[in-house]
Order: sequence, then structure tokens, then C-alpha cells
Amino acid sequence: MDSDLSSQDRKDLDKFIKFFALKTVQIIVQARLGEKISTCSSSSPTGSDWFNLAIKDIPEVTHEAKKALAGQLPGIGRSMCVEISLKTSEGDSMELETWCLEMNEKCDKDIKVSYTVYNRLSLLLKSLLAITRVTPAYKLSRKQGHDYVILYRIYFGDVQLTGLGEGFQSVRVGVVGTPIGTITLSCAYRTNLALMSSRQFERTGPIMGIIIDHFVERPFTNMAHMHPCSYRTPGEDEGGTYAGIEDSQEVCTTSFSTSPPSQMVVPGKEGGVPQVPAQPNHGTAAEHGRIPSFPNGQSPLPAQPTSCSSEVKTVFCDALETTFTRKVGAFVNKATTQVTTTSLDLPFAAFAPRANDLEVNDPMVHPPPSPAPSSPLQGSLHSNSSSHSGGQPQDDFVMVDFKPAFSKDDLLPMDLGTFYREFQNPPQLASLSIDVSAQSMAEDLDSLPEKLAIYEKNIDEFDAFVDTLQ
Amino acid sequence: MNCRSEVLEVSVEGRQVDEAMLALLHTILLHRSTGKFLYKKEGTYSIGTVGTQDVDCDFIDFTLVRVSSDELDRVIRKAVAEFKDALGNSGSDGMGQISLEFYQKKKSRWPFSDECIPWEVWSIKVNVVNLANEQERQICREKVGEKLGEKVINIVEVINRHEYLPKMPTQSEVDNVFDTSLKDVQPYLYKITYQITDSLGTSVSTTMRRLIKDTLAL
Repeated sequence: MDSDLSSQDRKDLDKFIKFFALKTVQIIVQARLGEKISTCSSSSPTGSDWFNLAIKDIPEVTHEAKKALAGQLPGIGRSMCVEISLKTSEGDSMELETWCLEMNEKCDKDIKVSYTVYNRLSLLLKSLLAITRVTPAYKLSRKQGHDYVILYRIYFGDVQLTGLGEGFQSVRVGVVGTPIGTITLSCAYRTNLALMSSRQFERTGPIMGIIIDHFVERPFTNMAHMHPCSYRTPGEDEGGTYAGIEDSQEVCTTSFSTSPPSQMVVPGKEGGVPQVPAQPNHGTAAEHGRIPSFPNGQSPLPAQPTSCSSEVKTVFCDALETTFTRKVGAFVNKATTQVTTTSLDLPFAAFAPRANDLEVNDPMVHPPPSPAPSSPLQGSLHSNSSSHSGGQPQDDFVMVDFKPAFSKDDLLPMDLGTFYREFQNPPQLASLSIDVSAQSMAEDLDSLPEKLAIYEKNIDEFDAFVDTLQ
Repeated sequence: MNCRSEVLEVSVEGRQVDEAMLALLHTILLHRSTGKFLYKKEGTYSIGTVGTQDVDCDFIDFTLVRVSSDELDRVIRKAVAEFKDALGNSGSDGMGQISLEFYQKKKSRWPFSDECIPWEVWSIKVNVVNLANEQERQICREKVGEKLGEKVINIVEVINRHEYLPKMPTQSEVDNVFDTSLKDVQPYLYKITYQITDSLGTSVSTTMRRLIKDTLAL
């Protein structure tokens, strides 16, 4: 069956399948990191961008994938699976989805390996990029944080779908026929999230205020780059050495030929490729070479659409000591990510409360004692015994220091709340507080003639004034 | 050669029209764009690298993946904005259709202008609904997000049938197959058109417009 395939084609095909498998794993795991992914387009290929797609290689993920493959390739009866699961902070875990890369016996002998198969594999990776954002686990992974994390496991061999619960759904990402079999990529995902929802319901009781927990060591950080094998052992094929395909000189095809098929030689292989760069699997790492390889480090992929090179995140070592996690009360939409005092990612990080002064001054946790007036003016208002119908405000109510949103103390001598309250109860106008009685009316009338006499004396002044107005 | 035609239908609220259209158009273009071709001697060429970008929608619970090309994004956004304006101004029930057509140019002899032969047409039918309150809008956000997910799966399904694609062109022919005007990616030649349906359900030809790459110009 393989005799129809030239040895060069066979070698190419094996290489394509191998790197396809590695890139598939990278796409899936990166899509579950909880962040938006962004890579740059480039018009000049470097030789390390397999399938003409800019997909970064997280070294730990590549390592895990190679370990699972153990020098073999996905083939007929040997599927490569990436299992995505969720683990709550209480230790419950649940499988969310399983991505399967399988091969069946249906061969397409006439297909051109170096060209058509390669391009179709590229298309399949693009489809995978789109589909990984569509399955339910994507939204869950974007919200992971302190309540739960997303983990991955790669295994090789038979597909195991029993952990997905009843009624799981399946979506096929695509197929690519090759001369040695048809590659199929699909995803089976859980639809029954019952465990998850009941747990959540128990946890989000009516929590008033903000509780701050300080984690000295983080039991789990941003998800999936965490070592998957720490909680599950892979199935089989755990041979230590990587026999078979050497990966030290892997360069992807970057040149194609427009010659008619009968003359196709794929010149790209022989010499058309520019100087062999650092090995592709390390190549991208060398380029962004500063991705730290801490076991508990943060994700190395910032979502920065405009810059191609990842930022150095060497603050993680220090950040470990000063990290705290904020649990948010019920009905708050977004679970906040972990905040460090040196965090570069958190917008308005300067406004995030510092670690040491959080709980003490937080008015939500410690309401001021009541009903003491909060400003001197407040006291004077209370003592103003006017006939104002408002009377003695707030004697029956517990005085809570009302801090309106966005108010700051440093601009005004009094804060907005006090200002507002005070001017809601203005003192009576002096003229209105005088009793209107006949007596005062008589007094007014008596004083009128005198006033009239004065005005008549000054009539010239008034006329001059009127003239100036005209 | 027959042109294959696919139709996708979505119902969205007014604010969601832009993002829903962008999501579907970008998903299709992601699959129908390659890296820039760099032709070398001896009839060989190399292909540039295509980057991708996740974009969260503001009014829909959905994240779309598009090629990393600001130029392409601008072109698509402009087309979608025109479509949305036309929908808003039409005074109809808010039904319309935006079409993304991939075509090949075939050179004809003078004095005839080049022919444009479509090989794939995607039509996205939109129905704009009005919602009364915030609660309905919240439900709509999620529902439309799920619907878009289903549409993405449909798109991927069609594309992975691996049906006709234009042959890779030689250097002299590349502009007949690909749009080489962008500096970072190279989509197949495409055009975006739209139609607004009035309340009787018939298409209103006066609102037909073309964002053209060529055709009538020559």
C-alpha cells in the first residue's frame, strides 16, 4: 500500500502529520488558557511557521505532546487525544471535552502530499482555531480564576469519552485525505454541567462586602499550562526515548512550485529554504525566547494585537510572594484575576488597593459607627430648630456613612454625600420665617411715605440711571 | 464550473448587526486567505505566514477569530457599516442580506473586459429584531452567541469538504486569483455586496451596491 508513495513523500507526510499533531495540541491548549490569543502576520516566512500559520509553541505543551506521542505518530488505531477538564478549588474535577486526532484506512492515493495535503492541513488548523472558540468550554476557560481552573491531558491510543457524561455532543472540525489514510479531527464536549452548577449555587450565598484571601502559595494559577500529568497518568505508550523521527533539523516547507504536477520536485526541500533556523520547536521559543519556564508561571501569551514579541514576564518570582486573590460577592459579573502588586496586565492597576490596607479601611466591610454626624456642618443642621418639615432627620435610622460612587475626599473639604445631604435640607429663608400678620403690614404701610419722599428727592439720579440703560 | 452557494441566516438585535456580520465574514476570510506569495526564480514561490487574532464582541457573547490584518479588517468593517446603515435607513422590517463572493478573473481579449467568474458565494441573511427591555437583551446576547457558534460550525463544515479551489497561479496570473493589494495577507479575490429586503419580501434594486475590485470599470 505504501509502495505507491515515494520515500521522500512518505518522509514528508510523516513530518507533516507529526507537526500537525503538535500544532493541534498547541492551538487547543492555548485556546483554554483563558486569554485572547494574538499573533502577527508576516510576509516573509522564517521556516519555523509550519503550515503558514503563526502559532506560538509553548515549550511545556510541546514537551507534553512529544512525551505522549513517544516517537510515534497518530495512525490507524492510534489516536491522539487532548482532554480538557475543569477542577474546582475544592478539588472536584470534571471532564469538559476531548479533542481527537484520528486516522482511518480510507486512503487517497492521488493526492499530492507536499502541496495539497499540506494546504489542507493548514486549512484544518484554521478551522480548529475557529471551533475552539465556539465550544462551551471556551467561555468557561475565559472565566477561570480562583473558583476553578482548566487543565489538559494528552494521551495516545484509544479514545475515551466516558468521562463526558450523558448526552455529550460531537463536532467534526474536518478531514484531510492522505495516501496513507484519512486524518480526522473532532471534538466531543460535555453538555451536562450539572455538577458545576450545583456547586456554584452552594458557593455564592449572600456574601456581603469583599473578602480578601491571601494565598501564600497558589494551588493553581492560570490554568492549562500546569502540568497535566500531575493528576492523571497517561494511558499507554510512555516510552522514554524518542525513537523514529528526529526533530533536530525540522524545517517546514516554505517553497512551493507552480510547475505542472508531473515535474513537481518540491525544490523547497533541497535548497530553496533559507538557512536552517534554530529548530522550529525551539525556534519560536528562541524568537520570543524569554518565555519563562516556571512550573507555576503565568501564561506567556499576552493579548497584545500590535506587538509580535511577547513581553518578558520575569516578575513572576517576586509576584508569588505578594499575590493575593480577591473573592467577589454574589452577582458580580467578572471573576477578577489574581492581582499582584507588580502586575502589568491589570488595567488601572494603580487604583487597585494595596495589599496591606485593604480590609482595614474598606467601608463595605467596616461601616462606620452610627449615628454620629460625619461633619461639623451636619451637627449644625441638627441643631437648627427651624420649622422645617424635615425636622430632625435620621434619628430613627442607623447612620451609615454614605460614600457615593467615584467620590473622593481630597478635592473638597467635605465629601459629596455630606454636601448633598446638607443642601437637601437648607435652612428656612429669613423672610419666610417672619409671621405674616396684619401688624407688620401696617408697619410697612407707615414707612411707605418716608420712602417715597426719599425717592422723589433722588429722582434725577434715577432718571440719569435710566438714560444710561438706553 | 459551478459556483457553490451557501446561505446562513441569523436574527439579531440592532446593536448586534455589526459584530454578527464581522464574525461570520472574518471566519470565512480566515479560511480563504493565505500568506503573501513571494515568487522566486524557477517558478517557485514561498508563502508568508498568517497570524490570527481573537476579538471579543461587545454585544454578543462570542469571540471571533480573524486574520491579523488591520487593512483587511478595515475593508470588512466599512462594508458592514454600509450594510448596517442601509438596513437602518431602509425603513423596512430590518431584513437584508450581505453576500461575500469569491471569484476568478478571466482575461478576455480587447475590447471585452475581463470576466469575473464566481466560484463560491456566501450569503448571510439578517433579520433585525427590536427588544423591549434589558432582560430580553441579555438573553439575546447569549442566544445570538450560540447561533453564531452554530454558523461557524456550518462554515467549517462546508470548507472542509475541500471542493473546488482555484489552481495556484503563476506569477503573471496571481492577480486573477488573489487579492494582492494587502501587505500582510492574501485573500482570494472577493467582493461584498448587499441587498435590503423591503417589507414585501422583494429585493429593492435601488439599494444594490457593489464594493468592486473591478468588473464594470474597464
